[in-house]
Amino acid sequence: MLKIDGLRVNYGGIEAVKGLTFEVPERQIVTLIGANGAGKSTILRTIAGLVKPASGRIHLQSEDITGISPDRIVSKGITLVPEGRHVFPDLTVLENLKIGAYLRKDSLEEDLDWVYSLFPRLKERSWQAAGTLSGGEQQMLAVGRALMSRPKLMMMDEPSLGLAPLVVKDIFSIIKKINEQGVTILLIEQNANMALHIADTAYVLETGRLTLSGSGKELLKNEAVKKAYLG
Amino acid sequence: MQYALSIFLSGISLGGQYALIAIGYTLVYGILRLINFAHGDVFMVAGLFMVYLSSWFPLWVALPLMLVLTVLLGFAIERAAYKPLRSAPRMSVMISAIGVSYLLQNLATYVTGGLPKSYPNLPLLSDSLVIGGVSTKWVTVITPFLVVALVFALTQLINHTKVGMAMRAVAKDFETSQLMGIKINSVISMTFIIGSALAGIGSMLYFTNYPSIVPLSGALPGLRAFVAAVFGGIGSIPGAVVGAFIIGMSESVIKGSPFSIFSDAFTFALLIVILVVKPTGLFGEKVTDKV
Repeated sequence: MLKIDGLRVNYGGIEAVKGLTFEVPERQIVTLIGANGAGKSTILRTIAGLVKPASGRIHLQSEDITGISPDRIVSKGITLVPEGRHVFPDLTVLENLKIGAYLRKDSLEEDLDWVYSLFPRLKERSWQAAGTLSGGEQQMLAVGRALMSRPKLMMMDEPSLGLAPLVVKDIFSIIKKINEQGVTILLIEQNANMALHIADTAYVLETGRLTLSGSGKELLKNEAVKKAYLG
Repeated sequence: MQYALSIFLSGISLGGQYALIAIGYTLVYGILRLINFAHGDVFMVAGLFMVYLSSWFPLWVALPLMLVLTVLLGFAIERAAYKPLRSAPRMSVMISAIGVSYLLQNLATYVTGGLPKSYPNLPLLSDSLVIGGVSTKWVTVITPFLVVALVFALTQLINHTKVGMAMRAVAKDFETSQLMGIKINSVISMTFIIGSALAGIGSMLYFTNYPSIVPLSGALPGLRAFVAAVFGGIGSIPGAVVGAFIIGMSESVIKGSPFSIFSDAFTFALLIVILVVKPTGLFGEKVTDKV
């Protein structure tokens, strides 16, 4: 569904992504794992249109979407749940969800119901300012907000960051549930163990290059991966 | 008693006019974190637009045309002088704003030849009336009501429409707003459009009280409105309005006292006191502390 071909990205004066080629097959959960500074976030930000690549192409279902603006990327059905959640703290929970559907002009009722059924907590708190939610609830809101754009592909940047282990488990089971309902997922994680357990396909990234790939299960058993990422 | 009433009337009217300018400062600051130093001059140019347009067209054409041109001016300034500096340090944008301010003043000097231009008499607004034995102009009475209505409309727009929601989102976080599909440049243009339109209406109310307009006519009202915005807490619309009424009222009181030459000194002394005592102003942005 998404094809990345020879992607190079300069970020803050260094080449953060050095000629990367990989694929995200439709309806799968794909994960990129790698240490801090491996260029994972930069890849997602480039696909989302926030950063322009130096070279290489990005195709979505054979359509070239390299370097187009973030709003057009959203309208093509790609959304990014940013690292650190970044909900709008002064907007209410409901407003945060509505702003996720900013480009849509049709009725949102059905999607609100869908998001509320995935995250009943958000419904209870729909009139609260998002800044008053706990970290886990904010992550749920960030995911719900992304779903409101009716994405074909949802990219997630470190969804487990700074969350309690139980909450992380919840988030991952919901990611799986969302995927089962037809949304393709591209996930980057430092919590490699969790990510590999739910991933259909996984790639290992080191300083801007892919070093390994395989199914989540294969990489869980891989000695090098065990040593470097699973402790 | 009559004296107190006349001070009060001129105070709220002046306050209302400053409020319309102050909202422009506060809206732009809220989104771009930029003190738009050219805003007072946009206000002055709006006055000049009215001077020229009213000599060419009947009032019912001149007035809307003045507002349209003022809005276009605000839009064009943002596109030409601020947008190219979007990722530059904030200081650069501010210097660009100071540059635009001088450019507008000098263009106005060039066009008018530096001569005072007399502001047209607007029917109704310029007419006199007597309240409680005090003779005043209709504009004095109309201003506070018009300001309240406009501020009400603006807060409705910001709190209850999609554009308003986008404005609040962009004010908090450019990048995440882009991820939602919001075109931040359109939202920023929108703030300049609203700010300029209000400055245009403000200039009409303000200059009706003065016989003439010169290229520097925007500088002091602009600065006083800026002080009002800081006083109320820059970035906050209610703050700008309350601050403007306080500044307008104190200016009117001091101008009516034996110390009238100190009225501006008082205004700017107030700015210093506020910055020292409560830098975020009366209704300044709350800093959310994570407990």
